[in-house]
Amino acid sequence: MKLRFVVMLAVFSLAGSAMLVFAVPPGGGTVAGKVTYTGTPPKMKPIDMAKEPGCAKEHAASPVSTENVVTGPGNTLEWVVVYVSAGDQGSAPPAGNAEYHQKGCQYQPHVQVLQVNQAMKIFNDDGWSHNIHPLAKVNAEWNKSQPPGTPPLDAKYEKPEFIPVKCNVHPWMHGYFVVLNTSHYSVTGSSGDFSLKGLPAGKYTVTAWHEQYGQQSQDVTISGSETKSISFVFKATPY
Amino acid sequence: MKPKLYVLVLLMGLAGLLLTAGATPCFAQIDIHIHTATGPMESHVGNVVGHSEEGAKLYRRFCIGCHGPDGDGNGENAMWFDPTMGFVKPRDFTLAVFKCRSTPTGTLPTDEDLFNSVTRGFVTTNMPQWRGLTDQDRANLAAFVKTFSERWATQKAGAPIPIPPETPANIESILRGRVLFQKMECWKCHGPQGHGDGPSAATLTDSKDVPIRPYNFSSGSRFKCGETNQDLYRIFMTGLDGTPMPSFADNIQPNDAWDLVHFLRTLQPMNTPEAALWKPYVAAHGKELKPIGQEQPGGGN
Repeated sequence: MKLRFVVMLAVFSLAGSAMLVFAVPPGGGTVAGKVTYTGTPPKMKPIDMAKEPGCAKEHAASPVSTENVVTGPGNTLEWVVVYVSAGDQGSAPPAGNAEYHQKGCQYQPHVQVLQVNQAMKIFNDDGWSHNIHPLAKVNAEWNKSQPPGTPPLDAKYEKPEFIPVKCNVHPWMHGYFVVLNTSHYSVTGSSGDFSLKGLPAGKYTVTAWHEQYGQQSQDVTISGSETKSISFVFKATPY
Repeated sequence: MKPKLYVLVLLMGLAGLLLTAGATPCFAQIDIHIHTATGPMESHVGNVVGHSEEGAKLYRRFCIGCHGPDGDGNGENAMWFDPTMGFVKPRDFTLAVFKCRSTPTGTLPTDEDLFNSVTRGFVTTNMPQWRGLTDQDRANLAAFVKTFSERWATQKAGAPIPIPPETPANIESILRGRVLFQKMECWKCHGPQGHGDGPSAATLTDSKDVPIRPYNFSSGSRFKCGETNQDLYRIFMTGLDGTPMPSFADNIQPNDAWDLVHFLRTLQPMNTPEAALWKPYVAAHGKELKPIGQEQPGGGN
């Protein structure tokens, strides 16, 4: 059993790294950098899931907190979407499905980036119902119940928009669909790092979006296969 | 004689002044500019064709006070509808999101849906019935409502969800509906007895973050989107867009939905046919019924 698992793991990681190598488009420049904050960000609140005992039990060992402002070591800011907001010629949506999960009464990932018309499958991994309610304004707003054990829901969006997502049954559940016109985007993790690769020579506007602190933009000119470094600094307020 | 005449003239002058003063706000109101998002629109309801230009005149007269000149639900009366007191804010037509539709969640309602909403009004809200207006007037208003959002210029209404014939409303159907009420977790908002007091009820907000209450079946008030069993069936399938009530169209079969309708009728205080079947059943078998609500850890009831 164990040996089989290790072999499978090895095969998968090999396949994964191979995909990474081949996924990098030939040539083009890169815009890379870090997203940080100054000031005092709010303390994230622990989430009380007592109203859904199954979820409370799942997180009993390591309680979870709200994710509106998540920071990392060295004043880095997580869940920032950095993307090309102007200058990109546009590209067809990727063939694969984006996957969005409702698990332990949380959205995974907290911020889901989609390209315009990219297909997404929404899963309920929990043993109870969720209603998934993306509060779109530019695109159509819909609200669907998803009982446990039912097949994933299909969704896609036709226009760029930052769409808050909520579950009315579990009011602490909160996330974002970020629908973009470009395939050049990056979502920061705890390191705050971003990297937009494979940019043909040209002038671009690069925008960083954070759900609490809004948007910032910078103009960048790329020539050849250089890497341009830029950084974004958001001003954090306690609330 | 003479002083009396003076008094009469004076009184008439006063009356005249009052009339002019009283009329002034009417003239002022007519000057309010209505902002629409599209060109003229039509509505088609049966054989009646509604025209938005005609609807605009009616809107100015009957609707603008609550729904506002911009159609965004911020008319001068809207501030008095306090959601914390249970009032419902006027609909914001600029979003083109509507509760009572015959169409799938996320799609535009049909012209007939809009027409029916104007006709029916919304019980338990400040939106009255407009049966006093002619069919033509109401069709004109339905057409005008569509000028507040560009969605009407670029998208078509959804295809109405078909409603198959109702299944027999017998005790077996009610019992199956009761199981679904538990399984689909209706009780989490509507409460184990349908009193609108489930564990998630207190935190519900609509899509504008305004507090909203789940329907309390024991209140005996009529349903917002129509009173028939077909109307109730439709609500599960369409959801009430803009509110926490989701669509169950992907997860509930027509027969199941009818079972749920039959069970919901037993939660109402009226003498519905379903309640007449249900009451004696509960008297005889009530103790055998597994309670609705959060299942206790450890596998108890």
